[in-house]
Amino acid sequence: MAPQQRKPHVCRNPDLIRGVGKYSRSKMYHKRGLWAIKAKNGGAFPKHEKKAAAAAPAEKPPKFYPADDVKKPLVNKRKARPTKLRASITPGTVLIILAGRFKGKRVVFLKQLTSGLLLVTGPFKINGVPLRRVNQSYVIVTSTKVDVSAVNVEKFDDKYFGKKVEKKKKKGEGEFFEAEKEEKNVLPQDKKDDQKSVDAALIQSIEAVPDLKSYLGARFSLKAGMKPHELVF
Amino acid sequence: MPFKRYVEIGRIALVNYGKDYGKLVVIVDVIDQNRALVDAPDMVRGQMNFKRLTLTDIKIDIKRVPNKKTLIAAMEAADVKNKWENSSWGRKLIVQKKRASLNDFDRFKVMLAKIKKAGVVRQELAKLKKETA
Repeated sequence: MAPQQRKPHVCRNPDLIRGVGKYSRSKMYHKRGLWAIKAKNGGAFPKHEKKAAAAAPAEKPPKFYPADDVKKPLVNKRKARPTKLRASITPGTVLIILAGRFKGKRVVFLKQLTSGLLLVTGPFKINGVPLRRVNQSYVIVTSTKVDVSAVNVEKFDDKYFGKKVEKKKKKGEGEFFEAEKEEKNVLPQDKKDDQKSVDAALIQSIEAVPDLKSYLGARFSLKAGMKPHELVF
Repeated sequence: MPFKRYVEIGRIALVNYGKDYGKLVVIVDVIDQNRALVDAPDMVRGQMNFKRLTLTDIKIDIKRVPNKKTLIAAMEAADVKNKWENSSWGRKLIVQKKRASLNDFDRFKVMLAKIKKAGVVRQELAKLKKETA
């Protein structure tokens, strides 16, 4: 916009009631000053020259006409975006995982990945939960926060957690089965190092708060008399 | 079995139902058999059914329907707030509110404290038992 801010113009033709303006067509013609514009232009309203229509390339008639009418799929303008993160979840929040092998574990939130899943860590030394992805729906958010400013989670994304594609080996009988079984369950050393580096800074800030370490090490469970709809987390 | 707490002008009551649940109010006038005119420093004076009120032991010295300033002054003079917060009823309510607002982490800390206290009590009991045994 031009540097001079123009005052927003009040409506020229206010509504008397919805659908009925105060001024008639002839009055509005006069108010808009169309007579002055015409007079300036010598009696006729100024016109733009029509742009020369760009010559469309001549379309050849199609070689093939389908026998029955082919239906076109409906237009879909939806964009894929990560799940909206609840406002109460910020980096460093303690979450309670509700399903899976780590159900009940209290865990520290690190960041939301592009797929929408939450990146979370135990820390591993405290409760055995490694760097892991967790769905927002399977989580209770507590109001306890841990300081995660010293932790760098830039390098983790969904690809880091994806299944590794193995190169297909040529089948040889006999040795085949034994060799496969041994390789399966070893976690690569670089993932272990990543876990250690993320946890080192985290554990320091956790130990600064009294009882927080044992809190994260304990599992959450409902006891007698606890009403989930009345509990404040 | 005579009554001890009477509906009278100046009686402090606790609201037990409705929008003002949990508030302490002063009865400033009686409208009819069922309703009282009720006032508090932070609310507009209005009528309330007696069924919505629970009478307390506290009474302040006011005339019928005082204005807000006089009411507040009378409440300060009688020290209603402190009397209420030191009464066993008032203390119970404060504890209930605190318990309801506890965080998950706070509940964990309370659990640790309870276990510790029980441990100390048990040790003392064991000592006393040893002495008498």
